[in-house]
Amino acid sequence: MIDKKFKIANKTFKSRLIVGTGKYKNFNECANAVKASGADIVTVAVRRVNITNKNKARLMDYLDPKKITYLPNTAGCFSAEEAIRTLRLAREIGGWKLVKLEVLGDKRNLFPEMIETLRSTELLTKEGFKVMVYCNDDPLMAKRLENVGAVAIMPLAAPIGSGLGIQNKINIKIIRKQTKLPLIIDAGIGQASDASIAMELGCDGVLINTAIAKAQNPIQMAEAMRLAVISGRKSFLSGRIDRNLFGSASTTKEGII
Amino acid sequence: MNIKNKIKITVNGKQMQVITNFSLKSLIVKLKIPIDKIAIELNKKIIDKKKISKIQLKKGDKIEIVHFIGGG
Repeated sequence: MIDKKFKIANKTFKSRLIVGTGKYKNFNECANAVKASGADIVTVAVRRVNITNKNKARLMDYLDPKKITYLPNTAGCFSAEEAIRTLRLAREIGGWKLVKLEVLGDKRNLFPEMIETLRSTELLTKEGFKVMVYCNDDPLMAKRLENVGAVAIMPLAAPIGSGLGIQNKINIKIIRKQTKLPLIIDAGIGQASDASIAMELGCDGVLINTAIAKAQNPIQMAEAMRLAVISGRKSFLSGRIDRNLFGSASTTKEGII
Repeated sequence: MNIKNKIKITVNGKQMQVITNFSLKSLIVKLKIPIDKIAIELNKKIIDKKKISKIQLKKGDKIEIVHFIGGG
């Protein structure tokens, strides 16, 4: 079966795996992991330039934004105002309009503050941003985000960086049924099989950072995630067999001795 | 240089002294920051990078210079 193209805000991407660029030992390791992941979108954060150490390495020297799509995020923002300020700055760096909105509500579990997230999505969309939204796995909220102009719904599988895997498959399935927007699992993936499960649930993509960056071998894990996303997608498209309570022999009885 | 010819500004939360009639562009050049990789806020307003040579810094100005770092 030929797969439909993976499109976000009318732009086509080759890989259904999006990777984060945080938490690596250094930029070199990060760049190698991104390459092994096959991702053509990477998330990046906006922070102050270090003005005292001018020789400090820069992300852009390792990952060329002309060759890979930068997806600026709003990591660390706890209000719509902070998120909007951050993304306006990101846009100013080089014209980025496709962004990842992440408005947090709790410092411990890093769950999204959905009221502020909804408000920010609406305001940013009116300003011309194409907003991919980190959200909880609530189908009603997902619908409201869609109604105010989100270009992708990105529910968490579990808390950011927890590695717990998909905790609420039913909600993810319900969101899948109700939206034609790209549905991307963002946060909570721990291992390759989690990424496959996300794709088997019918998600359009997966966003992974910690599970790759903090693996003992990040480069190999990046490759594992690349394969897991492809594998899960093919599995989903192939149409799995029905679940049966009893066995069904694979070998015919005909010609039995 | 006479101290009277200097003004105090804040750049990325750190106090700095520059001479009067110092432009925002001169500051970026002085800090050796590549202009194509950053965004600048002056007193919470985003500045069009094409216009920085025309902006003279004033006493008490708060400047934020940001770039992209790794993130999830």
